[in-house]
Amino acid sequence: MNTSRIERHTFAILVDNEAGVLARIVGLFSGRGYNIESLTVAEIDPSQHTSRITIVTSGTPEILEQIRAQIGRVVPVHRVVDWTVDKPSIAREMALVKVAGTGEKRVEALRIADAFRARPVDTTHTSFVFEITGSPEKINQFVDLMQPLGLVEISRTGVAAISRGPDPM
Amino acid sequence: MIPSIKEMTGAEMVIQALKDHGVEHLFGYPGGAVLPIYDALFAAANELVHVLVRHEQGAVHAAEGYARSTGKCGVALVTSGPGATNAVTGLADALLDSIPIVVLSGQVATHLIGTDAFQECDTVGITRPCTKHNWLVKDIADLPRVLHEAFQIATTGRPGPVVIDIPKDIQFKKGFYVEPDSVSHRTYKPPFEADMDAISQAVALMAAAKKPIFYTGGGIINAGPAASEHLRELVELTGFPVTSTLMGLGAYPASGEKWLGMLGMHGTYEANNAMHDCDVMIGLGVRFDDRVTGRIDAFSPGSKKIHVDIDPSQINKNIRVDLPIIADAGQAIKAMIKVWKQKEYKADKKALAEWWGQIDRWRAKNCLAYKQNGHGIKPQYAIDRLYQLTKDRDTYITTEVGQHQMWAAQRYKFEQPNRWMTSGGLGTMGYGIPAALGVQLAHRDSLVIDIAGEGSVQMTLQEMSTAVQSNLPIKIFILNNKYLGMVRQWQQLMHGGRYSHSYCEAIPDFVKMAEAFGCVGIRCEKPEELDAAIQKMIDCPRPVLFDCVVDQMENCYPMIPSGAAHNEMILSDADEEATEVSDAGKMLV
Ligand SMILES: Cc1ncc(C[n+]2csc(CCOP(=O)(O)OP(=O)(O)O)c2C)c(N)n1
Ligand SMILES: [Mg+2]
Repeated sequence: MNTSRIERHTFAILVDNEAGVLARIVGLFSGRGYNIESLTVAEIDPSQHTSRITIVTSGTPEILEQIRAQIGRVVPVHRVVDWTVDKPSIAREMALVKVAGTGEKRVEALRIADAFRARPVDTTHTSFVFEITGSPEKINQFVDLMQPLGLVEISRTGVAAISRGPDPM
Repeated sequence: MIPSIKEMTGAEMVIQALKDHGVEHLFGYPGGAVLPIYDALFAAANELVHVLVRHEQGAVHAAEGYARSTGKCGVALVTSGPGATNAVTGLADALLDSIPIVVLSGQVATHLIGTDAFQECDTVGITRPCTKHNWLVKDIADLPRVLHEAFQIATTGRPGPVVIDIPKDIQFKKGFYVEPDSVSHRTYKPPFEADMDAISQAVALMAAAKKPIFYTGGGIINAGPAASEHLRELVELTGFPVTSTLMGLGAYPASGEKWLGMLGMHGTYEANNAMHDCDVMIGLGVRFDDRVTGRIDAFSPGSKKIHVDIDPSQINKNIRVDLPIIADAGQAIKAMIKVWKQKEYKADKKALAEWWGQIDRWRAKNCLAYKQNGHGIKPQYAIDRLYQLTKDRDTYITTEVGQHQMWAAQRYKFEQPNRWMTSGGLGTMGYGIPAALGVQLAHRDSLVIDIAGEGSVQMTLQEMSTAVQSNLPIKIFILNNKYLGMVRQWQQLMHGGRYSHSYCEAIPDFVKMAEAFGCVGIRCEKPEELDAAIQKMIDCPRPVLFDCVVDQMENCYPMIPSGAAHNEMILSDADEEATEVSDAGKMLV
């Protein structure tokens, strides 16, 4: 009987970059019914063959505690850090946002993009592709504002996160 | 010293690694994708005994029975595709019950992977969620390391099944074999020793307890026989009552005066009430499974809970505990004994005496009582007679799944660990016969009995043929009620007595069946003939199918209906009418 409130947490998982490791983590989430709101993964140390997976997930504090313990049990996992509780951190996401239109709407899109420090990385007479980096909330806001101005499509990377200060995870 | 490096084929490496890890027995079934390994096995026939099963599920359960009864790692060898998929039930079973097994599967050649080749399946994909870890070996240079890691991971920490999938070309390829101790894992570092601060806190809580209980489980069995010895010492030292999960039976002797019997859905009245009312619960190698807890929000509401487990993910999973200790159960118990002695703790004698007084009042309910009336055999009577006639022998018991399993757990009194092999977590009908094969292979001169149901037994009955071929004189003691009895019981209690597809109209004649297999068949229908029939089974040097015809409508009590609390047990059919199962309860399995 779980009445605790739902929280959103960001986990960093350092893994050995071996075949199937991502499937192990993703399968763990789907198999146990946990949410994945976003997921990013890339090799970060080719000499050590380690990759870093960042997962944004949500659940009650009890579920989040289970998620951390279950990830820790996966054999090729070196470390798990919950950025939301362990230490202060920064989370960033990048998105490519395509907007099509002409006239006043086009001008307005460019003006808003400027305010959000989104750069046009592809331009035609009838469209822009903006590159925007920031917190997921900032990107959500930007996308909302683009909606009436001819939003065509969005590609988001998912969150990458790191701790503040000199120490590693 | 430089580790000795030898050139050999992948198949030879597999055999070498088995030998290096002390494997003497394995169970398997050949096919195209494992022929090179079978060829290498042919050459090693003097050192490795291979038992040819009749279905790969049987190979894996046999490996489980072998592991559970010896404490060693079980090994199974299967081919690609259907061989691997047939092994899946056994893997899931071993994962839930924490049984150390290594399953080797053949795979199509590396250049064919992904082409839908003959007998190709994504074995690592399919088995990923039902193994502790698995590997597809695509480079001969990785094979020795993977073989050694596999044994380490299967047998240490919380034990479990692993799969190594080896493509056929890798089995033929030559490479350099390295020995086990030249391999150390980069990320896998299981906990073992207990944190002494936490142990001291736990022991202080125990010493101050007025209504304590030891709640013990399979983790103690997995921690080795010494852990059971430590448990006995700790119980003596403290004078606290002990109960156990299905998986932990035998860690504390059933003849011990502190023994309350098994707890949980079909546990005893005294064990479940003591769990509900206790003030300090000491969980040792347990996982607060739903069969044990009953309704979560009514589970032992007033107690401080200490939880020892080697797997951190079990802490606070189903039940929030006050004091978690992540350690091997045996190590933790040993440390508790040390601290208790060092600090010269004394249990609260007066409070304990009152607690035992209460427990004795619960015991007086005599919750496992039954009446052997009428002309037929009551299943409880059959188990009691089996126990009486086998208890002074070197006996191992396996079971299938259903009422018979619960009656066996309630009534057969285990004095030692590793004597009781049952499918607890997955509840796999068909486990008992192959598991018995594994036990018998490891203990050639012992009496190995599968307490079975006529339904379950038909799931892996073909393994009787294995028993004959490999000369494994297992005894299958079938409580034949012509029903999928546990299903029928639930239909009676929760579905208005509508017995939808739980009656087996056609059941093979087990005596003729036994003869067809080349075993011995015995049938008994009368209580007065039972002892002699059981004795005949015991004395028989060959595999036996014993058809014990029992009362069809008997129910297994006590029972905590799903969704109910520990102190809301049904004790008999008479009770049942007064007890309504809630709609939420009906939803549960
Ligand atoms: C493989 C499998 N299928 C279905 C079930 C569900 N199930 C649990 S107990 C049971 C009945 C078992 O019948 P039997 O072996 O005759 O034992 P009894 O309960 O009659 O003693 C069934 C069908 C199961 N546990 N395992
Ligand atoms: Mg039956």
